[in-house]
Amino acid sequence: MSNTQHLQDFTTQVRRDILRMVHAVNSGHPGGSLGCAEFFTVLYQHQMQRKAGFDMNGIGEDLFFLSNGHISPVFYSVLARSGYFPVSELATFRKLNSRLQGHPTTHEGLPGIRMASGSLGQGLSVAIGAAQAKKLNGDQHLVYSLHGDGELQEGQNWEAIMYASAKKVDNLIATIDYNGQQIDGSTDDVLSLGNLKAKFEAFDWDVLEITEGNNIEAIKAGLAEAKSRTGKGKPVCVLMHTVMGNGVDFMMHTHAWHGKAPNDEQLANGLAQNKETLGDY
Amino acid sequence: MTELGQKNENVVALCADLIGSLKFDDFKKNHPERFFQIGIAEANMIGIAAGLTIGGKIPFTGTFANFSTGRVYDQIRQSVAYSDKNVKICASHAGLTLGEDGATHQILEDIGLMKMLPGMTVINTCDYNQTKAATIALAEHHGPAYLRFGRPVVPNFTPADEPFIIGKAIMLNEGTDVTIIATGHLVWEALIAAEALEAKGISAEVINIHTIKPLDDEAILKSVAKTGCVVTAEEHNILGGLGESVARVLALNTPVPQEFVAVNDSFGESGTPEQLMEKYKLNHQAIVEATERVMKRK
Repeated sequence: MSNTQHLQDFTTQVRRDILRMVHAVNSGHPGGSLGCAEFFTVLYQHQMQRKAGFDMNGIGEDLFFLSNGHISPVFYSVLARSGYFPVSELATFRKLNSRLQGHPTTHEGLPGIRMASGSLGQGLSVAIGAAQAKKLNGDQHLVYSLHGDGELQEGQNWEAIMYASAKKVDNLIATIDYNGQQIDGSTDDVLSLGNLKAKFEAFDWDVLEITEGNNIEAIKAGLAEAKSRTGKGKPVCVLMHTVMGNGVDFMMHTHAWHGKAPNDEQLANGLAQNKETLGDY
Repeated sequence: MTELGQKNENVVALCADLIGSLKFDDFKKNHPERFFQIGIAEANMIGIAAGLTIGGKIPFTGTFANFSTGRVYDQIRQSVAYSDKNVKICASHAGLTLGEDGATHQILEDIGLMKMLPGMTVINTCDYNQTKAATIALAEHHGPAYLRFGRPVVPNFTPADEPFIIGKAIMLNEGTDVTIIATGHLVWEALIAAEALEAKGISAEVINIHTIKPLDDEAILKSVAKTGCVVTAEEHNILGGLGESVARVLALNTPVPQEFVAVNDSFGESGTPEQLMEKYKLNHQAIVEATERVMKRK
Protein backbone atom coordinates (compact mmCIF):
# COMPACT_ATOMS: atom_id res chain seq x y z
CA MET A 1 0.00 0.00 0.00
CA SER A 2 2.68 2.45 0.99
CA ASN A 3 4.08 2.86 -2.48
CA THR A 4 4.71 6.22 -4.03
CA GLN A 5 1.82 5.98 -6.50
CA HIS A 6 -0.62 5.31 -3.68
CA LEU A 7 0.75 8.21 -1.67
CA GLN A 8 0.49 10.50 -4.69
CA ASP A 9 -3.08 9.45 -5.43
CA PHE A 10 -3.94 9.88 -1.78
CA THR A 11 -2.43 13.38 -1.72
CA THR A 12 -4.34 14.41 -4.84
CA GLN A 13 -7.59 13.28 -3.31
CA VAL A 14 -6.76 15.10 -0.09
CA ARG A 15 -6.24 18.30 -2.11
CA ARG A 16 -9.67 17.84 -3.69
CA ASP A 17 -11.19 17.32 -0.23
CA ILE A 18 -9.57 20.49 1.09
CA LEU A 19 -10.82 22.60 -1.82
CA ARG A 20 -14.33 21.20 -1.65
CA MET A 21 -14.57 21.50 2.15
CA VAL A 22 -13.61 25.17 2.34
CA HIS A 23 -15.63 26.01 -0.77
CA ALA A 24 -18.78 24.42 0.64
CA VAL A 25 -18.81 26.72 3.68
CA ASN A 26 -16.97 29.64 2.10
CA SER A 27 -14.50 29.65 4.99
CA GLY A 28 -11.49 27.82 6.34
CA HIS A 29 -7.79 27.70 5.57
CA PRO A 30 -6.82 26.10 2.25
CA GLY A 31 -3.30 27.55 1.83
CA GLY A 32 -1.52 25.91 4.76
CA SER A 33 -3.64 22.78 4.35
CA LEU A 34 -2.53 22.27 0.75
CA GLY A 35 1.07 22.98 1.72
CA CYS A 36 1.01 20.07 4.17
CA ALA A 37 -1.01 17.54 2.15
CA GLU A 38 2.07 15.46 1.29
CA PHE A 39 3.34 15.55 4.89
CA PHE A 40 0.06 14.35 6.38
CA THR A 41 -0.25 11.67 3.73
CA VAL A 42 3.23 10.29 4.37
CA LEU A 43 2.77 10.55 8.14
CA TYR A 44 -0.53 8.66 8.32
CA GLN A 45 -0.14 6.35 5.32
CA HIS A 46 3.52 5.47 5.69
CA GLN A 47 5.43 6.73 8.69
CA MET A 48 3.39 6.36 11.87
CA GLN A 49 2.78 3.07 13.61
CA ARG A 50 -0.93 3.21 14.31
CA LYS A 51 -3.34 0.83 15.97
CA ALA A 52 -6.69 0.06 14.39
CA GLY A 53 -9.44 2.21 15.85
CA PHE A 54 -8.96 5.06 18.25
CA ASP A 55 -8.54 5.44 21.97
CA MET A 56 -7.53 8.64 23.70
CA ASN A 57 -4.51 7.30 25.58
CA GLY A 58 -2.90 5.85 22.46
CA ILE A 59 -0.65 3.47 24.37
CA GLY A 60 1.29 1.19 22.02
CA GLU A 61 1.12 3.45 18.97
CA ASP A 62 2.67 6.63 17.60
CA LEU A 63 0.78 9.85 18.30
CA PHE A 64 0.39 13.05 16.32
CA PHE A 65 -0.50 16.55 17.52
CA LEU A 66 -1.42 19.42 15.23
CA SER A 67 -0.50 22.69 16.88
CA ASN A 68 -1.47 25.03 14.02
CA GLY A 69 -5.09 23.92 14.19
CA HIS A 70 -6.32 26.19 11.40
CA ILE A 71 -5.10 23.70 8.82
CA SER A 72 -7.86 21.39 10.01
CA PRO A 73 -9.08 20.59 6.44
CA VAL A 74 -5.97 18.56 5.63
CA PHE A 75 -6.04 16.89 9.06
CA TYR A 76 -9.71 15.91 8.72
CA SER A 77 -9.31 14.65 5.18
CA VAL A 78 -6.32 12.46 6.04
CA LEU A 79 -7.94 11.17 9.25
CA ALA A 80 -11.12 10.23 7.40
CA ARG A 81 -9.26 8.56 4.57
CA SER A 82 -7.07 6.74 7.11
CA GLY A 83 -10.18 5.17 8.62
CA TYR A 84 -10.86 7.23 11.74
CA PHE A 85 -14.35 8.33 10.68
CA PRO A 86 -16.53 8.14 7.55
CA VAL A 87 -15.23 10.13 4.60
CA SER A 88 -18.79 11.38 4.03
CA GLU A 89 -18.52 13.32 7.29
CA LEU A 90 -16.10 15.73 5.58
CA ALA A 91 -19.22 17.34 4.10
CA THR A 92 -20.15 18.60 7.59
CA PHE A 93 -16.95 20.65 8.02
CA ARG A 94 -17.64 23.94 9.87
CA LYS A 95 -21.39 23.34 9.82
CA LEU A 96 -23.75 23.39 12.81
CA ASN A 97 -23.78 20.21 14.92
CA SER A 98 -20.67 18.84 13.21
CA ARG A 99 -17.79 16.96 14.82
CA LEU A 100 -15.55 18.73 12.31
CA GLN A 101 -15.29 22.10 13.99
CA GLY A 102 -13.46 24.98 12.35
CA HIS A 103 -10.46 24.12 14.48
CA PRO A 104 -9.83 20.56 15.72
CA THR A 105 -11.28 19.62 19.07
CA THR A 106 -11.87 16.60 21.26
CA HIS A 107 -15.08 18.19 22.49
CA GLU A 108 -17.37 16.55 19.94
CA GLY A 109 -15.53 13.22 20.21
CA LEU A 110 -14.08 13.09 16.71
CA PRO A 111 -11.82 10.00 16.52
CA GLY A 112 -8.20 10.82 15.74
CA ILE A 113 -8.11 14.11 17.65
CA ARG A 114 -6.47 14.16 21.06
CA MET A 115 -6.22 17.88 21.76
CA ALA A 116 -7.98 21.07 20.80
CA SER A 117 -5.82 23.48 18.86
CA GLY A 118 -6.42 26.80 17.19
CA SER A 119 -5.12 29.24 19.73
CA LEU A 120 -1.54 29.03 18.55
CA GLY A 121 1.61 28.00 20.35
CA GLN A 122 0.22 25.34 22.68
CA GLY A 123 0.80 22.10 20.78
CA LEU A 124 4.46 21.56 21.52
CA SER A 125 3.93 21.57 25.29
CA VAL A 126 1.12 19.05 24.92
CA ALA A 127 3.21 16.84 22.64
CA ILE A 128 6.04 16.94 25.19
CA GLY A 129 3.64 15.89 27.95
CA ALA A 130 2.37 13.01 25.83
CA ALA A 131 5.96 11.99 25.05
CA GLN A 132 6.84 12.01 28.75
CA ALA A 133 3.75 9.93 29.52
CA LYS A 134 5.01 7.40 26.95
CA LYS A 135 8.32 7.22 28.78
CA LEU A 136 6.58 6.69 32.13
CA ASN A 137 4.49 3.93 30.55
CA GLY A 138 7.53 2.24 29.03
CA ASP A 139 5.95 2.76 25.61
CA GLN A 140 8.63 2.87 22.89
CA HIS A 141 6.42 4.61 20.34
CA LEU A 142 7.01 8.16 19.15
CA VAL A 143 5.16 11.45 19.34
CA TYR A 144 4.98 13.61 16.22
CA SER A 145 3.81 17.21 16.08
CA LEU A 146 3.36 19.89 13.44
CA HIS A 147 3.71 23.63 13.96
CA GLY A 148 3.39 26.64 11.71
CA ASP A 149 6.51 28.72 11.28
CA GLY A 150 4.67 31.94 12.09
CA GLU A 151 3.34 30.19 15.17
CA LEU A 152 6.86 30.16 16.59
CA GLN A 153 6.33 33.85 17.37
CA GLU A 154 4.26 32.64 20.34
CA GLY A 155 6.47 32.60 23.44
CA GLN A 156 5.15 29.35 24.91
CA ASN A 157 6.97 27.49 22.13
CA TRP A 158 10.31 28.66 23.43
CA GLU A 159 9.47 27.57 26.97
CA ALA A 160 8.70 24.17 25.50
CA ILE A 161 11.76 24.10 23.22
CA MET A 162 14.01 24.88 26.19
CA TYR A 163 12.31 22.23 28.33
CA ALA A 164 12.34 19.40 25.78
CA SER A 165 16.10 19.40 25.36
CA ALA A 166 16.86 20.01 29.05
CA LYS A 167 14.69 17.03 29.99
CA LYS A 168 15.94 14.88 27.09
CA VAL A 169 12.54 14.30 25.52
CA ASP A 170 14.06 12.27 22.69
CA ASN A 171 10.93 10.41 21.62
CA LEU A 172 9.50 13.50 19.97
CA ILE A 173 9.72 14.67 16.35
CA ALA A 174 8.44 18.23 15.97
CA THR A 175 8.05 19.35 12.37
CA ILE A 176 7.87 23.01 11.40
CA ASP A 177 5.82 23.90 8.33
CA TYR A 178 8.42 26.31 6.99
CA ASN A 179 6.48 28.11 4.27
CA GLY A 180 7.57 31.62 5.21
CA GLN A 181 4.03 32.99 5.16
CA GLN A 182 1.54 34.19 7.76
CA ILE A 183 -1.73 36.13 7.66
CA ASP A 184 -0.27 39.60 7.24
CA GLY A 185 2.43 38.62 4.74
CA SER A 186 5.78 36.90 4.74
CA THR A 187 7.24 35.93 8.10
CA ASP A 188 10.26 38.06 7.18
CA ASP A 189 8.05 41.12 6.91
CA VAL A 190 5.83 40.46 9.91
CA LEU A 191 8.41 39.29 12.44
CA SER A 192 11.45 37.58 11.07
CA LEU A 193 12.19 34.15 12.49
CA GLY A 194 15.88 34.71 11.82
CA ASN A 195 17.99 31.59 11.52
CA LEU A 196 15.52 29.02 12.73
CA LYS A 197 17.93 26.11 12.40
CA ALA A 198 20.54 27.90 14.50
CA LYS A 199 17.91 28.78 17.08
CA PHE A 200 16.75 25.18 17.54
CA GLU A 201 20.37 24.02 17.62
CA ALA A 202 21.20 26.65 20.20
CA PHE A 203 18.41 25.15 22.30
CA ASP A 204 20.18 21.79 21.87
CA TRP A 205 17.74 20.10 19.52
CA ASP A 206 18.78 17.74 16.75
CA VAL A 207 17.65 19.58 13.60
CA LEU A 208 17.27 18.30 10.08
CA GLU A 209 15.75 19.90 7.01
CA ILE A 210 13.44 18.63 4.33
CA THR A 211 14.15 21.08 1.55
CA GLU A 212 11.42 19.71 -0.70
CA GLY A 213 8.52 19.51 1.71
CA ASN A 214 6.00 18.88 -1.05
CA ASN A 215 7.92 15.94 -2.49
CA ILE A 216 6.66 12.64 -1.17
CA GLU A 217 9.99 10.84 -1.56
CA ALA A 218 11.80 13.68 0.20
CA ILE A 219 9.33 13.60 3.09
CA LYS A 220 9.61 9.83 3.39
CA ALA A 221 13.38 10.05 3.53
CA GLY A 222 13.33 13.01 5.91
CA LEU A 223 10.93 11.44 8.39
CA ALA A 224 12.83 8.13 8.26
CA GLU A 225 16.01 10.03 9.06
CA ALA A 226 14.25 11.91 11.86
CA LYS A 227 13.03 8.65 13.36
CA SER A 228 16.55 7.22 13.25
CA ARG A 229 17.73 10.17 15.34
CA THR A 230 15.24 9.59 18.17
CA GLY A 231 16.27 7.89 21.39
CA LYS A 232 19.64 9.62 21.41
CA GLY A 233 19.07 12.13 24.17
CA LYS A 234 17.76 15.04 22.08
CA PRO A 235 14.37 16.06 20.75
CA VAL A 236 14.28 16.11 16.96
CA CYS A 237 13.15 19.08 14.89
CA VAL A 238 12.34 18.84 11.19
CA LEU A 239 12.36 22.10 9.28
CA MET A 240 10.13 21.24 6.36
CA HIS A 241 10.20 23.77 3.53
CA THR A 242 6.78 23.82 1.92
CA VAL A 243 4.89 25.94 -0.56
CA MET A 244 1.63 27.33 0.75
CA GLY A 245 -1.26 26.36 -1.55
CA ASN A 246 0.79 23.62 -3.21
CA GLY A 247 -0.91 21.76 -6.06
CA VAL A 248 -3.31 24.53 -7.00
CA ASP A 249 -1.33 26.96 -9.16
CA PHE A 250 -3.18 30.17 -8.36
CA MET A 251 -2.92 29.53 -4.61
CA MET A 252 0.83 28.89 -4.57
CA HIS A 253 3.59 31.15 -3.27
CA THR A 254 1.27 33.64 -1.59
CA HIS A 255 -0.31 34.22 1.80
CA ALA A 256 -3.52 35.39 0.05
CA TRP A 257 -5.13 31.96 0.47
CA HIS A 258 -4.26 31.55 4.13
CA GLY A 259 -7.85 31.89 5.25
CA LYS A 260 -9.89 32.41 2.10
CA ALA A 261 -12.14 29.98 0.25
CA PRO A 262 -12.26 29.59 -3.54
CA ASN A 263 -15.39 30.65 -5.46
CA ASP A 264 -17.19 28.26 -7.86
CA GLU A 265 -14.93 29.03 -10.78
CA GLN A 266 -11.76 28.78 -8.72
CA LEU A 267 -12.94 25.49 -7.25
CA ALA A 268 -13.52 24.07 -10.73
CA ASN A 269 -10.07 25.25 -11.75
CA GLY A 270 -8.44 23.75 -8.66
CA LEU A 271 -10.24 20.43 -9.08
CA ALA A 272 -9.28 20.30 -12.77
CA GLN A 273 -5.65 20.45 -11.66
CA ASN A 274 -6.25 17.52 -9.29
CA LYS A 275 -8.21 14.71 -10.88
CA GLU A 276 -10.30 12.45 -8.66
CA THR A 277 -8.34 9.40 -7.52
CA LEU A 278 -9.96 7.69 -4.52
CA GLY A 279 -13.49 9.00 -4.94
CA ASP A 280 -14.94 12.28 -3.69
CA TYR A 281 -16.98 12.31 -0.51
CA MET B 1 0.44 14.26 47.45
CA THR B 2 2.97 11.73 48.64
CA GLU B 3 0.23 9.49 50.02
CA LEU B 4 -1.70 9.89 46.82
CA GLY B 5 1.37 8.98 44.84
CA GLN B 6 1.71 5.76 46.82
CA LYS B 7 -1.93 4.87 46.33
CA ASN B 8 -2.21 5.70 42.66
CA GLU B 9 0.73 5.16 40.33
CA ASN B 10 -0.81 7.38 37.66
CA VAL B 11 -0.62 10.48 39.86
CA VAL B 12 2.13 12.84 38.69
CA ALA B 13 3.11 16.27 39.99
CA LEU B 14 4.34 19.31 38.08
CA CYS B 15 5.87 22.39 39.59
CA ALA B 16 7.07 25.74 38.25
CA ASP B 17 10.07 26.46 40.48
CA LEU B 18 8.14 26.49 43.76
CA ILE B 19 8.82 23.08 45.31
CA GLY B 20 9.27 24.54 48.80
CA SER B 21 6.20 26.78 48.69
CA LEU B 22 3.98 23.98 47.41
CA LYS B 23 5.54 21.42 49.77
CA PHE B 24 6.34 19.06 46.91
CA ASP B 25 9.68 17.97 48.46
CA ASP B 26 8.29 14.76 49.82
CA PHE B 27 6.58 13.74 46.59
CA LYS B 28 9.77 14.47 44.67
CA LYS B 29 11.80 12.37 47.09
CA ASN B 30 9.42 9.42 47.05
CA HIS B 31 8.39 9.47 43.39
CA PRO B 32 11.21 11.20 41.49
CA GLU B 33 10.23 9.73 38.13
CA ARG B 34 6.73 11.14 38.50
CA PHE B 35 7.80 14.63 39.52
CA PHE B 36 8.26 17.20 36.77
CA GLN B 37 10.20 20.36 37.50
CA ILE B 38 9.12 22.65 34.66
CA GLY B 39 11.03 25.78 35.62
CA ILE B 40 9.54 29.27 35.53
CA ALA B 41 7.29 28.51 32.58
CA GLU B 42 3.69 28.14 33.66
CA ALA B 43 2.17 28.07 30.17
CA ASN B 44 4.42 25.15 29.28
CA MET B 45 3.50 23.46 32.57
CA ILE B 46 -0.23 23.53 31.79
CA GLY B 47 0.38 22.19 28.27
CA ILE B 48 2.64 19.39 29.50
CA ALA B 49 0.06 18.48 32.14
CA ALA B 50 -2.60 18.24 29.43
CA GLY B 51 -0.30 16.04 27.36
CA LEU B 52 0.48 13.75 30.30
CA THR B 53 -3.21 12.88 30.62
CA ILE B 54 -2.89 11.28 27.18
CA GLY B 55 -1.37 8.04 28.39
CA GLY B 56 -3.54 7.95 31.49
CA LYS B 57 -1.62 10.12 33.92
CA ILE B 58 -3.37 12.29 36.52
CA PRO B 59 -1.31 15.49 36.70
CA PHE B 60 -1.43 17.87 39.64
CA THR B 61 0.16 21.22 38.77
CA GLY B 62 1.38 23.47 41.53
CA THR B 63 2.21 27.14 41.67
CA PHE B 64 0.80 30.34 43.20
CA ALA B 65 -2.84 31.06 42.37
CA ASN B 66 -1.95 34.06 40.24
CA PHE B 67 0.38 32.06 38.00
CA SER B 68 -2.03 29.11 38.01
CA THR B 69 -4.91 31.03 36.46
CA GLY B 70 -4.61 34.52 35.02
CA ARG B 71 -1.17 33.96 33.57
CA VAL B 72 -2.20 30.75 31.80
CA TYR B 73 -5.89 31.31 31.15
CA ASP B 74 -5.84 30.50 27.46
CA GLN B 75 -3.72 27.39 28.01
CA ILE B 76 -6.22 26.16 30.59
CA ARG B 77 -9.15 27.13 28.39
CA GLN B 78 -8.01 25.35 25.23
CA SER B 79 -5.62 22.58 26.29
CA VAL B 80 -7.36 21.58 29.55
CA ALA B 81 -11.01 22.65 29.78
CA TYR B 82 -12.10 22.55 26.13
CA SER B 83 -10.01 19.44 25.58
CA ASP B 84 -11.59 17.85 28.69
CA LYS B 85 -8.25 16.84 30.17
CA ASN B 86 -7.99 15.34 33.62
CA VAL B 87 -5.66 18.02 35.00
CA LYS B 88 -5.80 19.19 38.62
CA ILE B 89 -4.63 22.78 38.92
CA CYS B 90 -3.52 23.33 42.50
CA ALA B 91 -3.11 26.95 43.46
CA SER B 92 -1.54 28.10 46.67
CA HIS B 93 -1.16 31.60 48.14
CA ALA B 94 -4.55 32.71 46.83
CA GLY B 95 -6.02 36.06 47.77
CA LEU B 96 -4.88 38.98 49.86
CA THR B 97 -3.40 37.02 52.72
CA LEU B 98 -0.30 36.22 50.73
CA GLY B 99 0.55 39.44 52.52
CA GLU B 100 3.76 41.37 52.06
CA ASP B 101 4.38 40.42 48.41
CA GLY B 102 1.61 42.79 47.38
CA ALA B 103 -0.93 42.91 44.58
CA THR B 104 1.19 41.35 41.82
CA HIS B 105 0.92 38.06 43.69
CA GLN B 106 -2.47 38.51 45.38
CA ILE B 107 -4.96 37.28 42.85
CA LEU B 108 -8.57 38.06 43.74
CA GLU B 109 -10.09 37.11 40.39
CA ASP B 110 -9.17 33.44 40.09
CA ILE B 111 -12.45 31.91 41.25
CA GLY B 112 -14.31 33.95 38.65
CA LEU B 113 -11.86 33.04 35.90
CA MET B 114 -12.06 29.35 36.67
CA LYS B 115 -15.78 29.01 37.34
CA MET B 116 -16.56 30.54 33.95
CA LEU B 117 -14.84 27.69 32.14
CA PRO B 118 -17.35 25.03 31.09
CA GLY B 119 -16.73 21.71 32.83
CA MET B 120 -14.26 23.09 35.37
CA THR B 121 -14.72 22.03 38.99
CA VAL B 122 -13.73 24.83 41.40
CA ILE B 123 -12.74 24.05 44.99
CA ASN B 124 -11.57 26.42 47.73
CA THR B 125 -10.61 24.66 50.94
CA CYS B 126 -10.59 26.06 54.46
CA ASP B 127 -7.79 24.28 56.33
CA TYR B 128 -5.10 21.60 56.15
CA ASN B 129 -7.36 18.60 56.65
CA GLN B 130 -9.88 19.76 54.08
CA THR B 131 -7.15 20.54 51.56
CA LYS B 132 -5.73 17.06 52.04
CA ALA B 133 -9.14 15.42 51.69
CA ALA B 134 -9.91 17.48 48.59
CA THR B 135 -6.59 16.52 46.97
CA ILE B 136 -7.35 12.85 47.49
CA ALA B 137 -10.93 13.26 46.25
CA LEU B 138 -9.76 15.04 43.10
CA ALA B 139 -7.59 12.12 42.07
CA GLU B 140 -10.72 9.96 42.00
CA HIS B 141 -12.73 12.56 40.10
CA HIS B 142 -12.40 12.60 36.31
CA GLY B 143 -12.21 16.03 34.72
CA PRO B 144 -10.46 19.36 34.93
CA ALA B 145 -10.41 20.91 38.38
CA TYR B 146 -9.09 23.98 40.16
CA LEU B 147 -8.08 23.63 43.80
CA ARG B 148 -7.43 26.91 45.59
CA PHE B 149 -5.94 27.28 49.02
CA GLY B 150 -4.43 30.07 51.07
CA ARG B 151 -1.11 30.61 52.73
CA PRO B 152 -2.01 31.77 56.25
CA VAL B 153 -1.90 29.37 59.14
CA VAL B 154 -5.47 28.84 60.29
CA PRO B 155 -6.79 26.41 62.91
CA ASN B 156 -7.17 22.92 61.49
CA PHE B 157 -10.78 22.40 62.53
CA THR B 158 -11.96 19.97 59.85
CA PRO B 159 -11.97 16.43 61.32
CA ALA B 160 -9.26 14.36 59.67
CA ASP B 161 -11.75 11.62 58.83
CA GLU B 162 -14.44 13.88 57.37
CA PRO B 163 -15.26 12.64 53.87
CA PHE B 164 -14.78 15.18 51.11
CA ILE B 165 -17.64 15.06 48.65
CA ILE B 166 -17.15 17.36 45.67
CA GLY B 167 -20.16 19.65 45.32
CA LYS B 168 -21.53 18.95 48.80
CA ALA B 169 -21.64 21.80 51.31
CA ILE B 170 -20.83 21.20 54.96
CA MET B 171 -23.13 22.46 57.72
CA LEU B 172 -20.92 23.74 60.53
CA ASN B 173 -23.35 25.54 62.79
CA GLU B 174 -27.12 25.38 62.70
CA GLY B 175 -29.04 28.60 63.18
CA THR B 176 -32.31 30.32 62.37
CA ASP B 177 -31.74 34.06 61.83
CA VAL B 178 -29.11 34.30 59.09
CA THR B 179 -27.22 31.99 56.75
CA ILE B 180 -23.50 32.69 56.57
CA ILE B 181 -22.03 31.01 53.51
CA ALA B 182 -18.25 31.07 53.61
CA THR B 183 -15.43 29.56 51.62
CA GLY B 184 -11.69 29.14 52.15
CA HIS B 185 -10.21 30.40 55.36
CA LEU B 186 -13.07 32.85 55.83
CA VAL B 187 -14.93 29.80 57.09
CA TRP B 188 -12.92 30.12 60.29
CA GLU B 189 -13.81 33.83 60.49
CA ALA B 190 -17.45 32.89 59.97
CA LEU B 191 -17.32 30.52 62.95
CA ILE B 192 -15.88 33.25 65.18
CA ALA B 193 -18.52 35.65 63.86
CA ALA B 194 -21.26 33.14 64.68
CA GLU B 195 -20.08 33.03 68.30
CA ALA B 196 -20.07 36.82 68.50
CA LEU B 197 -23.54 36.94 66.97
CA GLU B 198 -24.83 34.38 69.42
CA ALA B 199 -23.72 36.64 72.25
CA LYS B 200 -25.85 39.33 70.65
CA GLY B 201 -28.83 36.98 70.46
CA ILE B 202 -28.55 36.27 66.72
CA SER B 203 -28.66 32.64 65.65
CA ALA B 204 -26.35 32.18 62.69
CA GLU B 205 -26.22 29.15 60.45
CA VAL B 206 -22.72 28.63 59.02
CA ILE B 207 -22.24 26.71 55.80
CA ASN B 208 -18.80 25.77 54.53
CA ILE B 209 -18.86 25.86 50.76
CA HIS B 210 -15.67 24.18 49.63
CA THR B 211 -16.96 23.54 46.12
CA ILE B 212 -17.92 26.73 44.33
CA LYS B 213 -18.64 24.85 41.13
CA PRO B 214 -20.76 22.78 41.02
CA LEU B 215 -22.49 24.72 43.79
CA ASP B 216 -24.66 22.92 46.35
CA ASP B 217 -27.87 24.82 45.50
CA GLU B 218 -29.95 22.52 47.64
CA ALA B 219 -28.05 23.22 50.85
CA ILE B 220 -28.23 26.97 50.25
CA LEU B 221 -31.95 26.99 49.50
CA LYS B 222 -32.78 24.74 52.41
CA SER B 223 -30.97 27.02 54.83
CA VAL B 224 -32.39 30.21 53.39
CA ALA B 225 -35.92 28.83 53.63
CA LYS B 226 -35.31 28.82 57.36
CA THR B 227 -33.33 32.05 57.85
CA GLY B 228 -34.56 34.35 55.09
CA CYS B 229 -31.24 36.18 54.56
CA VAL B 230 -27.66 35.49 53.55
CA VAL B 231 -24.13 36.74 54.12
CA THR B 232 -21.47 35.37 51.81
CA ALA B 233 -17.81 35.55 52.81
CA GLU B 234 -14.80 34.97 50.61
CA GLU B 235 -11.28 36.22 50.03
CA HIS B 236 -11.98 37.22 46.43
CA ASN B 237 -13.24 40.10 44.37
CA ILE B 238 -16.92 40.78 45.01
CA LEU B 239 -17.31 40.41 41.24
CA GLY B 240 -17.14 36.85 40.03
CA GLY B 241 -16.79 34.99 43.29
CA LEU B 242 -18.87 32.77 45.56
CA GLY B 243 -21.23 35.63 46.45
CA GLU B 244 -22.33 36.07 42.86
CA SER B 245 -22.86 32.34 42.44
CA VAL B 246 -25.05 32.31 45.55
CA ALA B 247 -26.94 35.40 44.34
CA ARG B 248 -27.74 33.61 41.08
CA VAL B 249 -29.18 30.63 42.94
CA LEU B 250 -31.26 32.93 45.13
CA ALA B 251 -32.49 35.06 42.21
CA LEU B 252 -33.66 31.97 40.36
CA ASN B 253 -35.38 30.40 43.35
CA THR B 254 -35.93 32.45 46.50
CA PRO B 255 -34.87 36.09 46.28
CA VAL B 256 -33.83 37.16 49.79
CA PRO B 257 -31.55 39.94 51.08
CA GLN B 258 -27.84 39.17 50.70
CA GLU B 259 -24.71 40.99 51.89
CA PHE B 260 -21.24 40.32 50.52
CA VAL B 261 -18.04 40.06 52.54
CA ALA B 262 -15.47 40.26 49.76
CA VAL B 263 -12.92 42.64 48.26
CA ASN B 264 -14.74 45.58 46.74
CA ASP B 265 -13.40 45.47 43.18
CA SER B 266 -9.84 46.53 43.95
CA PHE B 267 -6.32 45.19 43.88
CA GLY B 268 -4.58 44.32 47.13
CA GLU B 269 -1.39 45.76 48.62
CA SER B 270 1.49 44.85 50.95
CA GLY B 271 0.83 44.26 54.62
CA THR B 272 0.50 41.47 57.13
CA PRO B 273 -2.41 39.09 56.53
CA GLU B 274 -4.20 40.38 59.64
CA GLN B 275 -3.78 44.01 58.61
CA LEU B 276 -5.04 43.29 55.12
CA MET B 277 -8.07 41.33 56.32
CA GLU B 278 -8.99 44.23 58.54
CA LYS B 279 -8.41 46.95 55.95
CA TYR B 280 -10.30 45.07 53.21
CA LYS B 281 -13.04 43.98 55.62
CA LEU B 282 -12.58 40.24 55.32
CA ASN B 283 -12.54 39.23 58.99
CA HIS B 284 -15.08 38.10 61.56
CA GLN B 285 -15.93 41.70 62.51
CA ALA B 286 -16.83 42.36 58.88
CA ILE B 287 -19.05 39.27 58.86
CA VAL B 288 -20.81 40.44 62.04
CA GLU B 289 -21.39 43.90 60.52
CA ALA B 290 -22.69 42.40 57.28
CA THR B 291 -25.05 40.21 59.29
CA GLU B 292 -26.44 43.20 61.15
CA ARG B 293 -27.01 44.98 57.83
CA VAL B 294 -28.73 42.05 56.20
CA MET B 295 -30.97 41.39 59.20
CA LYS B 296 -32.34 44.92 58.89
CA ARG B 297 -33.25 44.25 55.25
CA LYS B 298 -35.34 41.16 56.00
